[in-house]
This record gives sequence, C-alpha cells and structure tokens, in this order.
Amino acid sequence: MGFIWFWLVAFMLVAYVVLDGFDLGVGALHAFLPRTEEDRQIMLHSIGPVWDGNEVWLVAGGGTLYFAFPLLYASAFSGFYLALMIVLWLLIMRGAAIELRMKIDSAVWRSFFDGLFFFASASLPVFFGAALANVIRGVPLRADGYFFLPLWTDWRVGAEPGILDWYTVIGGILALVALALHGALYLAVKTEGDLQPRARTFARRLWIAVLTLTILSLPASVIARPDTLANYRNHPLSFAVPVIVVLALLGTIRFLRQSADRNAFLCSCVYLAAMMVGAAIALYPRLLPSTTDPAFDITIDKALSGPHALHVGLIWWSFGMLCALTYFVIVYRMFRGKVSLESGGYEH
Amino acid sequence: MDALLLHRIHFAFTITFHYLFPQLTMGLALLIVALKTVAIRCRNERYNEAARFWAKIFAVNFLLGVVTGIPMEFQFGTNWSQFARVTGGVIGQPLAMEGVFSFFLESAFLGLFLFGEKRLSAWGHWGAAFLVFVGSWISGFFIIVTNAWMQHPVAYRVLPNGEYEVTSFWGLLTNPWALMQYAHNMSGAVITGSFVMSAVGALYLLENRFPEHARIFLRVGVIAGVISCITQIFPTGDLQGRYTAQHQPAAIAGMEGLFHTGTGAPIVLMGQPNEETQQIDNPIAVNDVLSFLIYGTTKAQVEGLDHFPRDQWPQPLPLLFYAYHIMAGLGTCFALLMVLAAFYLWRGKLFDTRWLLWPLLLSFPLPYIANTAGWLTAEIGRQPWIVYGLIRVPAGYSKYVSSGNTLFTLLGFMGMYSVLALLFVVLVYRIIERGPALASGFAVAKHASAVTA
Repeated sequence: MGFIWFWLVAFMLVAYVVLDGFDLGVGALHAFLPRTEEDRQIMLHSIGPVWDGNEVWLVAGGGTLYFAFPLLYASAFSGFYLALMIVLWLLIMRGAAIELRMKIDSAVWRSFFDGLFFFASASLPVFFGAALANVIRGVPLRADGYFFLPLWTDWRVGAEPGILDWYTVIGGILALVALALHGALYLAVKTEGDLQPRARTFARRLWIAVLTLTILSLPASVIARPDTLANYRNHPLSFAVPVIVVLALLGTIRFLRQSADRNAFLCSCVYLAAMMVGAAIALYPRLLPSTTDPAFDITIDKALSGPHALHVGLIWWSFGMLCALTYFVIVYRMFRGKVSLESGGYEH
Repeated sequence: MDALLLHRIHFAFTITFHYLFPQLTMGLALLIVALKTVAIRCRNERYNEAARFWAKIFAVNFLLGVVTGIPMEFQFGTNWSQFARVTGGVIGQPLAMEGVFSFFLESAFLGLFLFGEKRLSAWGHWGAAFLVFVGSWISGFFIIVTNAWMQHPVAYRVLPNGEYEVTSFWGLLTNPWALMQYAHNMSGAVITGSFVMSAVGALYLLENRFPEHARIFLRVGVIAGVISCITQIFPTGDLQGRYTAQHQPAAIAGMEGLFHTGTGAPIVLMGQPNEETQQIDNPIAVNDVLSFLIYGTTKAQVEGLDHFPRDQWPQPLPLLFYAYHIMAGLGTCFALLMVLAAFYLWRGKLFDTRWLLWPLLLSFPLPYIANTAGWLTAEIGRQPWIVYGLIRVPAGYSKYVSSGNTLFTLLGFMGMYSVLALLFVVLVYRIIERGPALASGFAVAKHASAVTA
C-alpha cells in the first residue's frame, strides 16, 4: 500500500510540474519574449483557460499527501514554513496578475500586473526546485519527527543547513531554466507569426543552460548526499531513468531544430517527469531523509495512514482521477490550436 | 508574544478573509444556474445578459476565493502540524477529496463557462455553469465534513501512537453534524448571493438605469432570498441549535450567556456577559424561551456554565455570546426584510416601492457579517478543544515555528489581503458601474478592446 501511494503522490506532483510548469515558464519569459501589447495578450491567453486547473494538481497533490502520509505533511510543511509561505504569496500574486491584468484598460495597470506576473512566475520555480533539492539533501530531523529550517544559514550543506544553500540554489536555477524552456516550447506550439520564431530562439538558448545544469546536478547531488545513487546501484534497471532524461533532452533540441514544436514540447514533458522520477527513485522508501541520524528518516512505513483510509482512498482517488483526466481532455480539446485574440470571452 | 495565540490569529484571519469569497461563489453559482435556466426555458435574452453580467462578478470573486483558499489547505501543516499529524488519518481524507472532486471540476468548467459561450450550445453552456455550481457545492461539503469531525468526532479509533484513524469512511461523510451544518451553511451562502443580487437590482432601479435587468435581479434575488432566509432559521438553524445543545452543552451555555443551570431558562436578547460576577449585565431577556427552543417545553432544565469545570468553558466567552447574537439577530432581520420584499413582489409593487428598495440596497454587507459571526460561533463554541472532547488547542500547533516567524507571515498575509480587498472592491465597483451589456453589444465590445488594447 505504501508503495502504491508513494507513486500516486509522485504522479500528482509530476503532473503539477509538467502542466503548471509551462504556465510558470510562460510567465518567466513574459519580461523578455513579447515585444508588443498584442504579444503579451497572446501569451496570457495561451495559459488563460488552463492555468487554474493546472494549479489544482498542486493543491490536490498536497491534500493527497496529507491524507496518505500525515507525518510527512505535518513535518515538512512546518519545517519549510517560511519557504512555503513565500510560495503561497507568489501563487496568490501569479493568479491575481493573470486574471486581473485585462480587467482595466490602462497601460499603468497592465504594466504593473505584467511585472507581477513575471516576478511571481520566475520566483516560483526557484522555490520548487530548491524544495526538491532540500528533500534530496535531507533536513535536520529531530527524534520527534519535526524540524525547522531558516531560509538560509551559511549556504553550506552542513549540519545546520538552510532552505537555500549552494546545492539547493543550483536545484532552483535548474528548475527555473527547465520550466522557462518548457514554457518557450509551449509558446512555440500555441503561437504563430512573429512570436513563434522568437520562442524557438529562446528555447534553443535555454536548452544549453538546461543541459549544463542537468549534467552538473548529478555530481552536486552526490556531494550533497553521498548515498544518492545507492538505490540505483542496487537496482541497475533504474538507470533507465537517467538515460531517458538524456534522450528527452537530445530529442528536445532535435525536434526544435526541425521546428517540430509539438514533439519538442512532449520531449520536455518527458524530461521533467524523468527528472522527478529519478529523484523519487533515489529517495525510495524514504520520504524525507534526515541529516542528523538515519534513524530519524521519515520513511513510507513511518508516515503511512491507516489501512481503511488507504483502501477506500484507492477507490475514490481512481474515480476522481478518471474524472479529472476527462475534464482535462475536454478543456484542452476545446482550447486546442493556435491562440487567437478573436475568440469569445467575458473579459473587459 | 505567545506563539500559540499568533498561530490562532493566523488561521482565524486567513480563514475569515477567505470565506468572504466562497460564500458569494456558492450562492451566486446557484443563482446563475437559475438565470440561465430561465433564459433557455423562456427564451428570454435578458436573462442571458443578466447571467453574463453576474459571471463577470463571479469570475473576480472566484479568483479571490481560489488564491486565498490555497493557504488554507497548507496551514494545517504549516501552523498546526501536531494536529495535522495525529488527525491526518481522518480529516486528510475529505481535504484530499475536495481537491480531487471539486477543484478539478470547478477550474475546468469555469474556463468553459467564462470563455466558451460561443463554442458551446445553449444547453452546453448551461451545463458548464451547472458543473461550476456542483463543484463549488461539493467543495463546501468536504470542508464542512472536515470541520464537523472537529466539532463532533465520529467513525474513528485511536492508535497506540496517539494518531487517529478513520474506521468508517461512510460514517465520516454522513456525520449527522456535517449534514446539519452543511444545510445551514449553504443556506447562508444563498442568502449572501441573493442579498448581493437584490442590492444591485435595487441600486439600478433607484438610479433609473438598466430597469429590465434590475427587475430580473430583484425577482431572482428576492425569491431565492425569502426561501434561504426561512430555511436558515427553520429547519437548519433550529436543528443545528438542538444538536449543539445535545453534544456541546457548554457551547450553548456560552452562546446564550447562561451562567446558571435551571428550569425555565431565559433567552437573552441583548446584554453584556460578565465573567467576574457570572451574570449578564443590562439584560433584555424573556423567561422560559430557551428551555422551550431546545426541549420543546418551558419546564426543561438547561445546563448553565456553572455545570462545567472552568477549564472547559469556551473562550473568549463574550465574543462567543456576541457572535451568536449578531448571527441570530441579523438572521431574523433578513427573514423579515425578505418576506416583506417577497410580498411586495407578489403584489407587483416591489419595483416602484422606493422605501423598500433602500433597505434591500443597504443590507448587502450584512449577510457577510452574519455568516462570519456564525462561523465564529461554531469555532469559539468548540473551544478549548481543537477536536471536541479529544484534543485541546494547545496540543495542536506547530511548536517549532516560533512566534517571530508566525508574526512575520501573519503581517505578510494582512498586507497582501488588504491589497486584494482593495482590488476586489475597485473591480466589482467598475463592473456594477458599467452594468449589464446588451447581447449585441457584447461581441462588439470584446472585439474592439482586443484591437485597441
């Protein structure tokens, strides 16, 4: 049961990163890519009908985490207190910026929300990447299962780490460029005219940064946490996942050069998913490793909910996911194709 | 500063601000479905225009509900981690279900409802509105199930390590407390929606603008208002009160300001609870009524606060007393106003009765106050327990999150929510100021703004 729920929660978080990832990427490019007001509107319209649904994966994933692994939810959410609160504020700013920008027809009003949209969208991936890196590095868990991390200490991965140190910052920047690439590829799929070639150019440049940081992240992880590769050595088949990461990256640039935008975007989806699955494999069966004493690790067994809840949960969760996937198919089909500013809506 | 107190204020502030929006979302979602139904069945384009107008307000309101709602889902872990850890095996379930069953539904079909009218058939668009309504009401249900378990824990067992585990999923979802609280709460949400809708209608009639739409707003608002105001008192409020008396007698004693146990207990309409002297100062009271309301006979004995050890009194007691009286007092006024308005509507005189349009306009903030006061009553009444009778509040907060960190984020939320409130008021004011657009003008306006923008 623990195995199943570990991967179900991982699935929801991967879905969040792949889906809301392009919303965030589009936002992170919002300060650089568009040249005209029309460009900016097209970029916003490309994510307008879907960003809220994509964000739900985070909320539903968080809820599912709470229900399946209450100890992990309680420990991690209070331990990463400040970072999580900042993430919440940034999510509020991002949502408000997307939805309120078009409500008043004034250049000052729009510029303000453009800035806010960019700032929040570019900051969120840094925090998400740093969060994942924190989980890989481990946190100073106490015997009672709790910890508390300040935002930063001495920027070293020592006994007294902060949420931000050199390693988690690398994770944060990797997430930022990877999602910016993801967003640029999404825009290449969803736009035409002047915007599309510029999105492709940005994607090509970002790809180099993603490649460099991805290669760098592996030795960095081993330094930050020497037994990162233990699961891989014990189960050599799992090396397939890093191979997929590399193939997906190579596929991205190949399809990008051919202007096969849809395939390049799908490769980017695979890359993001494989990176996260790779991290999950390194962790399993731990959910949150301890830097103080391996006995304090929060493991699946330690954190798992009761059997009745998990059994019933499997039924409603499967049914709920089936519904959710149906809605996503309906919505993405309804808004498929290139973005056009002519399509109907209630704006203004 | 005391960390526990700050964590409590943190949750109280963020949840109070958050719930200002979902109550209108849930109420308005129902009313928009009603507008769209009439529009199709009676082939009346004015009702479609009315639905489009309210969809604009709905969109802004919904957004505020979404962005202020995410912090609620996270705060169980961030600020109440000990509580989250021991009860996650029970209430994690409804919270996760809210995300899976409600938020996906709402977010998907809100997009279709707001942006898809031209791509969908009339009934297809009605369906999108209906599913947004269903999603928002499911969301409310799961939150009520969570709260109801804290008010009246059922279907659980305690594990050796002190954690709680649900023993019957069905029992958790059909907690009688949850069903009553849900009915009372949703009826309250419809009150907010109908008062806001009637107020805009009254405003337009008093201004002599958009008379056709204003009459629609008033007709729908007053009909929904009179129904919901009555169901709010009877049966939902009545049932809730009796059930609370049965299972949280100390809460009822605190709400009514009943310090002393006795038969023929009075109902205090107004006064100030004095914890020193254990009496109500300056009371306006009617004897026997409380006994009658709870037990159906004036002779029944009602347990006063003196029946309970002091450390089980709900605190802060005066706030509980005032919150309850504000809720009940306003609820009574709502029913009187809406019955009167419904009578005039039935006689066909409402639209010309300016002295009645004024109170309909001015009373739109009051349901927000009443709903907030109702929740204050429920939550303070539960004190000093975080899970009634099982876990006390001090055993629930995040003990390693210091008061300095908590105050930092509390001030952050206060600042951010002030800006959001300001934006909300400005945007909704503009929407109301512009008024409903005529069907033909709607497409042109959209096209023109995309070009000129």
